[in-house]
Amino acid sequence: MSDSASPPASAAPPAPPPWSPRIVAFFCNWCTYTAADLAGVSRLKYAANVRVIRLMCSGRVDPQFVVEALARGADGVLIGGCHPGDCHYVEGNTKMLRRFQLLRRLLQDLGLAPERVRLEWISAAEGEKVKTVINEMTAQLRALGPLGLPEKFASWDQEVIALARQMHAAEAAEPAAPPSAATPAHPEILHV
Amino acid sequence: MSKPKVAFYWCASCGGCEETVVDLAEDILGVVEKVDIVLWPVAMDFKYQDVAVLPDQAITATLLNGAIRSSEQEEMAVLLRRKSRYLIAYGSCAHLGGIPGLANQFPREEVLRFNYETSPSVVNEHRTRPLLVFEDHGRRPHLPELRHVVRSLDQVVDVDYYLPGCPPTPNLTKAAFDALLSGNLPPKGSVLAPDTALCDECPRKASKPADVAFAEFTRPHQKLLDPEKCFLTQGVVCMGPATRSGCGAQCTEGNMPCTGCFGPTSRVRDQGAKILSSLCANIGAKEEPDINRVLENIPDPVGTFYRYGLARSRLRRRVDLT
Repeated sequence: MSDSASPPASAAPPAPPPWSPRIVAFFCNWCTYTAADLAGVSRLKYAANVRVIRLMCSGRVDPQFVVEALARGADGVLIGGCHPGDCHYVEGNTKMLRRFQLLRRLLQDLGLAPERVRLEWISAAEGEKVKTVINEMTAQLRALGPLGLPEKFASWDQEVIALARQMHAAEAAEPAAPPSAATPAHPEILHV
Repeated sequence: MSKPKVAFYWCASCGGCEETVVDLAEDILGVVEKVDIVLWPVAMDFKYQDVAVLPDQAITATLLNGAIRSSEQEEMAVLLRRKSRYLIAYGSCAHLGGIPGLANQFPREEVLRFNYETSPSVVNEHRTRPLLVFEDHGRRPHLPELRHVVRSLDQVVDVDYYLPGCPPTPNLTKAAFDALLSGNLPPKGSVLAPDTALCDECPRKASKPADVAFAEFTRPHQKLLDPEKCFLTQGVVCMGPATRSGCGAQCTEGNMPCTGCFGPTSRVRDQGAKILSSLCANIGAKEEPDINRVLENIPDPVGTFYRYGLARSRLRRRVDLT
């Protein structure tokens, strides 16, 4: 590959600011979120690695949310819903379970470790389980290391940028390069 | 008065998109009458140099089909971008990465090894592979380099419009030409097809039930399909609900389910995740083992749900590849 003067963006895992897993959690309003509240009120200590997003139901979790979270830099995604049979909306959690079965397989086919996406049933009374699950998942992700998709996308696109730079340089060498040549390939920047 | 200049170019593609331009049939005469074609490698003899010497933005519109997966294709995309007022990603591959985008599931080395060594139809005892530079009678010809990643056109250069489809239909192509020639253009970045799901124009729509409960999934080769009933009621994976309309529902009319070549509508970010969501939520089973039994007949979710859109999907590629 032509990797002149472009060091790989995300090669070394433990960089100076110590990395710690980032977990995006989608918790249902009626059970898991309430359980997380309970964990707080009960002063249970759990890893501060989780960013909780409250949804009305685990059935509201669109698999697009999961890939979006991962693509934007989450190291793992945790989904929490009511126990089977306890769904406030009768079968929202069953819908999530069905989606989760295939989503997990699809993500594995795309090279993600199965530990990165997790579905748990946690009732409003199970503050302790919130703690255990988050701590356990944090430890697992810590062992796996960063997923770092934004950095990965950037490093994949080095090959395009290298060529754009080359063409740019070749043009600059010619007299009076047209100004529009200043818009080289800029992958993904377009989509942010 | 000089006529507007138009260029057609192909990158990683099968040639089907070029065929659609020809499929305009008599209508192509109307187009050819109004424009000057300055580049069309599949049909006419121009050299790249002919394009390179044109002033910037001299070409009114370039219709580029095919995914971008080699250094040469990148160079041409950058060159044509600069020479064109409007750059149009023509067809699924330029739009979303297309079928070639499925190579994003494998490392480049594996792609090369299969194609030059282990594929059953290959005879290559010396395991010869193309070199980027080689010596030949004192000359040093260069060959393009295969990239690690297959890309859609807009992952390489700025794109003005998208014409979706594998291939785009002649009527969408003609409508695009009419819009270009009359200057009556939608906002930049538009996909030049309706922004509704395929179900909207599917003749089977009437039989689409409000409540589907899949007891099993059937693949099209496994049973005789009812030519009139919604595929979802027949337990067949149809990408229609997550796919843009505009094709005239040709596949479903031909008794084959939609495979998603028009890509998602503007309200969907990730076509594969979206159809997975819709299909799975409607499985009848409630217990994990039963659910997984139903899902067994979707053996390859990536190839099924991202058949045309892996490169432009949210994850783009197998994430453990370098």
